Amino acid sequence: MGYNTIVEDNIDVLVCGAGLGGTGAAWEARYWGQNKKIVIAEKANIDRSGAVAQGLYAINCYMGTRFGENNPEDHVRYARMDLMGMVREDLLFDMARHVDSAVHQFEEWGLPLMRNPKTGAYQREGRWQIMIHGESYKPIVAEAAKKSADKVYNRICVTHLLMDDSKENRVAGAVGFNVRTGDYHVFKSKTVIVGAGGASNIFKPRSVGEGAGRVWYAPWSSGSAYGLMIGAGAKMTQMENRIVLARFKDGYGPVGAYFLHLKTYTQNCNGEEYESKWFPALTEMVGKEYLDTEGQHLSHKPIPTCLRNHAFISEVNAGRGPIHMVTMEAFQDPHLEEIGWHNFLGMTVGQAVLWAATDVNPKYENPELTTSEPYVMGSHATGCGAWCSGPEDLSPPEYFWGYNRMTTVEGLFGAGDAVGGTPHAFSSGSFTEGRLAAKAACQYIDDGKANGIRVSQEQIDRRKAEIYKPMDHYRIFRNEITAGSVNPKYINPRQGLDRLQKLMDEYCGGVTVNYMTNEKLLHIGLKKMKALEEDLEKVAAENVHELLRAWELKHRHLSAEAVFHHTLFRKETRWPGYYYRGDAMKLDDANWHVLTVSRRDPKTGEYTMEKAPCYHIITDAEEKAA
Amino acid sequence: MPTFVYMTRCDGCGQCVDICPSDIMHIDTTVRRAMNIEPNMCWECYSCVKACPHQAIDVRGYADFAPLGHSVRVLRDEEKGVIAWRIKSRNGSIDLNLLAPITTKPWGEFIPQLKNVPAPSAEMRASQLLYNEPKYIRLDDGDLHTLESNGLKMKEGVYY
Repeated sequence: MGYNTIVEDNIDVLVCGAGLGGTGAAWEARYWGQNKKIVIAEKANIDRSGAVAQGLYAINCYMGTRFGENNPEDHVRYARMDLMGMVREDLLFDMARHVDSAVHQFEEWGLPLMRNPKTGAYQREGRWQIMIHGESYKPIVAEAAKKSADKVYNRICVTHLLMDDSKENRVAGAVGFNVRTGDYHVFKSKTVIVGAGGASNIFKPRSVGEGAGRVWYAPWSSGSAYGLMIGAGAKMTQMENRIVLARFKDGYGPVGAYFLHLKTYTQNCNGEEYESKWFPALTEMVGKEYLDTEGQHLSHKPIPTCLRNHAFISEVNAGRGPIHMVTMEAFQDPHLEEIGWHNFLGMTVGQAVLWAATDVNPKYENPELTTSEPYVMGSHATGCGAWCSGPEDLSPPEYFWGYNRMTTVEGLFGAGDAVGGTPHAFSSGSFTEGRLAAKAACQYIDDGKANGIRVSQEQIDRRKAEIYKPMDHYRIFRNEITAGSVNPKYINPRQGLDRLQKLMDEYCGGVTVNYMTNEKLLHIGLKKMKALEEDLEKVAAENVHELLRAWELKHRHLSAEAVFHHTLFRKETRWPGYYYRGDAMKLDDANWHVLTVSRRDPKTGEYTMEKAPCYHIITDAEEKAA
Repeated sequence: MPTFVYMTRCDGCGQCVDICPSDIMHIDTTVRRAMNIEPNMCWECYSCVKACPHQAIDVRGYADFAPLGHSVRVLRDEEKGVIAWRIKSRNGSIDLNLLAPITTKPWGEFIPQLKNVPAPSAEMRASQLLYNEPKYIRLDDGDLHTLESNGLKMKEGVYY
């Protein structure tokens, strides 16, 4: 290969992926390591990368202790209930007690936070959400990260983490390639903070033509957070906990502001409220502890996201679709009408494009909703990610091994989607996790834990050959055929992605099977995943852009494989409305009130699964009146 | 094809190529102007539309579900700190002009250089505090929340 090798040596803190988690990490690392070398490797351009690239209209995680609104423990109770009990409460509490300090700094940096004119507090959308004019949220936090970092490498697709050749299970940096020049990049670093993203597009999307780009989570969220860490042998948790979103149909425009601020609501095709009639049967499935409609109504506790999905899906299956969002009342108020449109323009422009294209005016027509294909990520109403250490003062022994947000690989930290068991972090919480990881990473270095790292030339050369193999493969076999994309020796990245999506959809509980799977299906799926893994050794890339897609596909495959193993392991239906185990249709607290933890042996590819205890650090105790 | 580029307006400057989060805006080697090479990996995030100095990039909704004849245009002005949108529907019944702030401060000026702030003390390092804390958590004299401060007791973990 005619590509240059560019080595960046002596890095202290390497941030892989600079979305909200990564920018938080790079920014904070400079404070704790004023003389340390901080480097960012980002797949796109840091000014518009990650899930917040097009902006946000709300910050969904803000306590407001300053205004006497909530305490961290209130947020833990909320997230725990929404996730049917399965969260890491130490990590959640830790994130929640720091998150406000991030938000207050955002305001100081120039992010326009709306204020409630009556109280002077931030404008609440719901209990946890505050409204912002966030079109430039990402460029603003990118400025902060750029100020702190010694170097920002844009357009580097990080493919693998480097491992220490002198000590087992210790990280030593990362490698990847520049998606424009094709050059090979080697980053030798004492610590790595993975801020890369969760996974869109591993389950077949409802729209399979051009519209496949209009997925709920960004199409560039390629599961690299999981691909990188699983590839390095880090333990993962709660990977079965994929998320399904009830959103505006086709455009997947957000509904949060509509429900919470505009006070719109849903109804079936006959104009009837439908949710509550599904709750008695659902209570039988999950138990009164998780869905006590009367109790929840009295205490104003929200119904868990997955259970509301379940009612939606059931009503549509009963033949009373579509489900509509009733906007016609709220939109008569010109101020609320404007907010309704701004909400899309600030974070999902495609939904505004769709309504303009289909002449949907929510003032005169109630738009349709749908449930999306599943996504695998860790910062919305779901908690997939790495099994990480918590902070010293909060974590029980099973959750603590020295450094906050460090994975089970020494020196490898996570933030945002990368960290498992911390749902409802959203943008501000992911940024906060990055800050926590950065402080811990600096401490790890200062404690001498990164001394004596050695990276062999053999490892660097081996990874290089591996990275460019899809291009070699293309060159070797391309001329066996006249033209076109059908070749008996290889598949291209799009063909591989189509296959991954189809088998995830059909065997792992995607949208065409109504989110249903069982042990038999999962076993067949895993067999097909193995064959796909072998074929991915024969994936072919015609150019550097296709090489990017090839490596994104490999990361998606690793993420998907973990989802399969976790889904197989947890023999219950913990989150009806996210997915169903048809052979175990009930929530089973007697056997499965635990967190699931996996490890893929990087040498053999074999999976081992274990149960980890679920600590309820925060009591149910009485919430103060909100 | 979600985003597309008008032939007569694009001069091939590459701003869109530089900013696209999905790496799909490339310069076509024949016409030497920008193009969307992979429409089904386009999120309609408008990053390229906003970055184009000639308003040469527009969006035509996804062919899977969006009929032709609509328009959502944007002008983003960093100097003035505002963004202006115009939405026109297919039948013309919707024609909205919307304006929003994008920042309240000059770019980057209010972000401190952490290399130059006083270094954290040993106590600070040993604590659970982050930069600017505890002050920035509540903007008063309150301290960081702990289990003890919030009157919480840890319960035993559950295996089954």
